[in-house]
Amino acid sequence: MTSTRISRRSLLGLAGAAAGATLLGACGGGDSGGKSGSTKTIKWWHIANTDPMLSKWAEMAHQFEAAHPGVKFEITPLENEAFKTKLTTNIQAGNPPDIFHTWGGGVLFQQADAGMVKDITADVAAWKDTLIPAALDPYSTGGKTYASPVDTGMVGFWYNKDLFGKAGITTLPATWADYLDAVRKLKAAGVTPIALAGKEKWPGHYYWAYLAMRVGGLDALKQAAANKDFTAPDFVSAGAHLKELVDLQPFQTGFLAAGYSTPDGQAATMGNGKAAMELMGQWAPGVETDSSAGKKGLGDKLGFFPFPAVDGGKGQITDAFGGGGGFAVGKDAPPEAVEFLKFIAQPDNARTEAKTAAVLPVVAAAADAVTDPNLKLVAATLAKSTGFQLYLDQAYAPAVGQQVNDSVAELMAGKTSPDKVAKAITDAAKQG
Amino acid sequence: MVRRRRRTWSTIALFLTPALLIFGLLVLTPMVVAAYSSFFSWNGFGAPTDFVGLGNFRRLLVDDIFVGDLERTLLLIVLSMVIQLPVALALAMLLNQPLRGRRLYRMVFFAPYVLSEVVTAVLFTMIFSPNQGLANHLTRLVGLGDLGATWLADTDTVMYSLFFVISWKYFGFHTILYLAGRQAIPQELHEAAALDGAGGWNAFRHITLPLLGGTIRISVFLSILGTIQLFDMVWVLTGGGPIRSSETLAVTMFQEGFKRFHVGYASAISMVIFLISLTFGLLYQRFVLRRDLEGAVTTMGDQR
Repeated sequence: MTSTRISRRSLLGLAGAAAGATLLGACGGGDSGGKSGSTKTIKWWHIANTDPMLSKWAEMAHQFEAAHPGVKFEITPLENEAFKTKLTTNIQAGNPPDIFHTWGGGVLFQQADAGMVKDITADVAAWKDTLIPAALDPYSTGGKTYASPVDTGMVGFWYNKDLFGKAGITTLPATWADYLDAVRKLKAAGVTPIALAGKEKWPGHYYWAYLAMRVGGLDALKQAAANKDFTAPDFVSAGAHLKELVDLQPFQTGFLAAGYSTPDGQAATMGNGKAAMELMGQWAPGVETDSSAGKKGLGDKLGFFPFPAVDGGKGQITDAFGGGGGFAVGKDAPPEAVEFLKFIAQPDNARTEAKTAAVLPVVAAAADAVTDPNLKLVAATLAKSTGFQLYLDQAYAPAVGQQVNDSVAELMAGKTSPDKVAKAITDAAKQG
Repeated sequence: MVRRRRRTWSTIALFLTPALLIFGLLVLTPMVVAAYSSFFSWNGFGAPTDFVGLGNFRRLLVDDIFVGDLERTLLLIVLSMVIQLPVALALAMLLNQPLRGRRLYRMVFFAPYVLSEVVTAVLFTMIFSPNQGLANHLTRLVGLGDLGATWLADTDTVMYSLFFVISWKYFGFHTILYLAGRQAIPQELHEAAALDGAGGWNAFRHITLPLLGGTIRISVFLSILGTIQLFDMVWVLTGGGPIRSSETLAVTMFQEGFKRFHVGYASAISMVIFLISLTFGLLYQRFVLRRDLEGAVTTMGDQR
């Protein structure tokens, strides 16, 4: 009796061990299993986690599935920051999704260096000529292209026309001195001049980056990145100009802890008419509307003007700063993934994207689909631009980009000086 | 008999193997990998090749943020010891008194502990929100103006706001621990003390406190370890800001590893967290928890 009980126990133990082994085995093999079968699964991660683009992307995936039997999409829409973290983990584990959102620049090139994304230069060549000029720049390095762009845009000042009127500002500021004057007028009228998401840091770096572009010019930024030296007087001067603004205390109360699209964040402050302007990309009107009370936004009270020029600076007021989104292809992706990128770059599909008013298309033929007056304004400004600089926290290697964000945030909090900002960024660049 | 024992052993081995495998794979392996990569300058892609020896650790010593992390951790520990735990103890003593609605209080005080750290942090970002937050609304009501607007936005107050939220979440847990410990003290002791004429304070000082010793030592242990490893709450509440003034060790590790792709450096930080926790844990068990771990009163008889 005793011995049978023991053997039964051993048997159970064995069964348990076997079950455990199967489980572990399943973890490792699940990925390859999907691809070797007759259906090809395309894992697609994008950051359009809210409508309208959320459902538009899903529709396009369904159309593609219908036209390509055996292809199945597995779409994972993620919020911006969550996306970055999750993607980093997956890529470091050597397991990138088949198609994933990218902003290009240093981050993408680091992923490319590690062999995690496909070189799609030859594929993109097929539809390259349908794109607007320089659309591929943020995604190309050393003559190789690692992603296909889907949208573009630029950063500029979005302002509340009513509040500007209340402060008696009749002409939009074209120089930094005018701009500071406008801020003073707004303050005198009891209006919070600027909404800023200090907690998230990237909105703050726009100010320093634009000032560096206006003072030193685009080439200075390229040169500094190449030489890993940001200590040139122009960069210190950019910081000093930013400090002039910070010293006016133009930001909303508690801006250092404010998020961007949170209920009480930068976009909500702007959308609810509690601040006169924000420096933000082409998506600003949409997010303002989404985060404002009653989802109303500012409507036609919202206006746009480019970042002002700095007197004596080498940069033009027409040099644009911004970026867009594109899709990169993971190293193990099936050929259909690249095929799909071509599919969404078709003018009709690009028009669908543009019409949702969520993106500015990179496909030239789709430009007619932009109907939103604000976006049209951005598109027109962009079309006249004399130069283009990608977001610094994307253009540079991640460690350098983060240091730009951190140091500028310190400057805006009044905790550091312009020359220390330049030095900290240089140190981070040298360290790599 | 011998054969039977051997069979028992094989059964034990069979049952243990899956657990050991999973433990080895999910706990030991990552630790070894982290220790290994902490000696490299590595961005996390491919295999680490750039060996820097102790370079990452030397860098830590002169990194203002890292040294600041240690100071902030110490501040939180001291605040917990001086404010949070004594308050929890006092509440436990109160809840032990026969007062009306005692069960309700116990439940209400324990409720925050049931929430996850992330939910707590989201809740308090709303409460501390500068324009619509409850905290600011309250300070206005009592005539303190916008005092509450910058709870989390001021580098001077953010750590105290953080401590407030941590205390709010965890005091209930410690209160329940103390309450359980208090109820395990036989009533006869207090009755005897009362007969001998001991007042409330004397009874607390000479009976309750010494007999709660074991519970207090465990609660201090848990509180300190939790503080050293603090992450979720800070990450959601402040993101380590404003301008990195509320970063903890784990937040700095995350920043370096996931934002700057300094995976080798981040691994070095994780090793330091591990070593601090381990050293503290061992020393505390060796010197403070010794009596509690030896446990039963009978063995004490043997030693004396």
